[in-house]
Amino acid sequence: MSKGRFGIHGGQYIPETLMNAVQELEAAYERYKDDPEFLAELQWLYHDYANRPSMLYYAEKMTKDLGGAKIYLKREDLNHTGAHKINNVLGQCLLAQRMGKKHVIAETGAGQHGVATATVAALLGMECTVYMGAEDTKRQALNVFRMELLGAKVVPVTTGTATLKDAVNEALRVWTARVEDTYYVIGSVMGPHPYPEMVREFQKVIGREVKAQLLEREGRLPDALLACVGGGSNAMGLFYDFIPDKTVRLIGVEAAGRGIDTPETAATIACGSEGIFHGMKSLFLQDQYGQIAPVYSLSAGLDYPGIGPEHAYLHDIGRADYVAATDQEAVDAFLYLSRTEGIIPAIESAHAVAYAMKLAPTLPKDKILVVNLSGRGDKDVAAIARYLGRDLHE
Amino acid sequence: MNKLAAALQGKKVFAPFITAGDPDLETTKKLILAMAEAGASLVELGIPFSDPMAEGPVIQAADLRALAGGCTTDKVFAMIAEVRKETDIPLVFLTYANPIFHYGTDRFYRRCAEVGVDGTIVPDVPYEERAELDGACAKYGVDRIVMIAPTSEDRIQMLAREAKGYIYIVSSLGVTGVRSEITTDIASIYQKIRSVTDTPAAVGFGIATPEQAAAMARVSDGAIVGSAIVKLCGQYGRDCVEPVAAYVRSMVDAVNHCAG
Repeated sequence: MSKGRFGIHGGQYIPETLMNAVQELEAAYERYKDDPEFLAELQWLYHDYANRPSMLYYAEKMTKDLGGAKIYLKREDLNHTGAHKINNVLGQCLLAQRMGKKHVIAETGAGQHGVATATVAALLGMECTVYMGAEDTKRQALNVFRMELLGAKVVPVTTGTATLKDAVNEALRVWTARVEDTYYVIGSVMGPHPYPEMVREFQKVIGREVKAQLLEREGRLPDALLACVGGGSNAMGLFYDFIPDKTVRLIGVEAAGRGIDTPETAATIACGSEGIFHGMKSLFLQDQYGQIAPVYSLSAGLDYPGIGPEHAYLHDIGRADYVAATDQEAVDAFLYLSRTEGIIPAIESAHAVAYAMKLAPTLPKDKILVVNLSGRGDKDVAAIARYLGRDLHE
Repeated sequence: MNKLAAALQGKKVFAPFITAGDPDLETTKKLILAMAEAGASLVELGIPFSDPMAEGPVIQAADLRALAGGCTTDKVFAMIAEVRKETDIPLVFLTYANPIFHYGTDRFYRRCAEVGVDGTIVPDVPYEERAELDGACAKYGVDRIVMIAPTSEDRIQMLAREAKGYIYIVSSLGVTGVRSEITTDIASIYQKIRSVTDTPAAVGFGIATPEQAAAMARVSDGAIVGSAIVKLCGQYGRDCVEPVAAYVRSMVDAVNHCAG
């Protein structure tokens, strides 16, 4: 079996044109991942630039209102650029800089990864091009302009379903054309090895902080961790340090869209099957001939037909549970958290909040849940207004 | 030397590519027969995929047209079983890992052998993942066609050494599609290949004109052309057989008289 496997999942299923570039990346990652100077610089940027550690907030009103388990929110939404995406981008762009690359490209769904990449490219003086499904450029117009303000070029992708998977296709195609001077900053724990492992390594700071913060506050481990899953980087980042702690339940919340019993869903674990796509073996939503399905979720960041290979593995071995929340449940949670705690969550993160709202009341008051608030909801305000039938004339 | 390599040995190769089911499988069958008649050395047949990562806009659009028209892997196999009654021209599939894997890799290659497909080109299964396909390829005697890219450099000989059928030299960086100019040093890649194997090696990606095909045939064993033909299929629809046959004749002529 080839490199970068999580059980049967993972691997390096990419065209020959990219193979040398991926191996060059692998070598650079191996060289720098434990390099004290590299890690010190990353740590400094996490702290001084990205505002880490992010707070672990006890949501007391929500806890009392739901009447069950104690709920903590991991405030990744308070990071610079408004989501967990910056953790990974800082790591990868520092690596790209050490590899001598002058141009970074990225795919983006909701726009958060694109914004984070544009931000760090500006900081490090790199040229940046972001590929975004044309559908998503409409849903997330604010983020498109934000990337442009940061000096990035945003290319709307009109092929296929014009959403996140097509943005990944296009970024991969462009990478094959400009492989020599270009670094592809993949935004989630997906793609060919070493990306799934590398992105998880740059995101695992989330779970590591939660562990220390909760030990300090409560003197113990949580009973369950909840995070939304599209490709799965915020969930993998939260889960990773807790995998050996068998008493901690790991719960990934997928986007059910209009429901997992409808074709309009993005819930890969619930509805997908084994496949090979976007450089990896994992689970994908597809038809009987292996054609990738046109997926749907209100959330542009979870609107992806696959899932990172390490999640597929955690699912296979039963270490993590995967559930799904519908558009409506996510919107309800979005409104609920806004009104109850005064925190407007990203619509992606609202999927995890939605499941916490179901789970917490079923548990006794001495149990502790940690929900990853992976991003903030400013970018979603106009889309939620539309969903609720109001036009804001943005 | 295996069947496919033997069929190509000692001649200049012209290999046209079309997307199966574009505009429909009846036309695909006619195209295969017409291209064989026009002197093509083999036919590369794309099994359409929803997300063809190595393709430029022309072939992406053809894949989507074919899928929208109801083309499936089973229907492609059935069409080839029919076409095999009328021609023995070598046939090679080009598709992606997922349609093969999801069909069942063993079942896929068994069907290839049953209907008479000689090889497969799978751009997203590189050397490092060859174990994904090699067992079934060997079991059913279907060749895994190796691709060598401008970025392959010190990998060229490793890749060429175990190549079967023929070698697909990728002319340029990027995806498939017509280019005005090919700047890669094909001659030097070809020499490195020749130092380790006799397997024929032809150049594809970006070739459209007889002049380009002749130039590639001078520095290698021939030319592979996809987008320029698929464009004609898109333009003429069901009436594409005549214009494609005429085009293939001109390209066959160009590679065979490349010395001039």
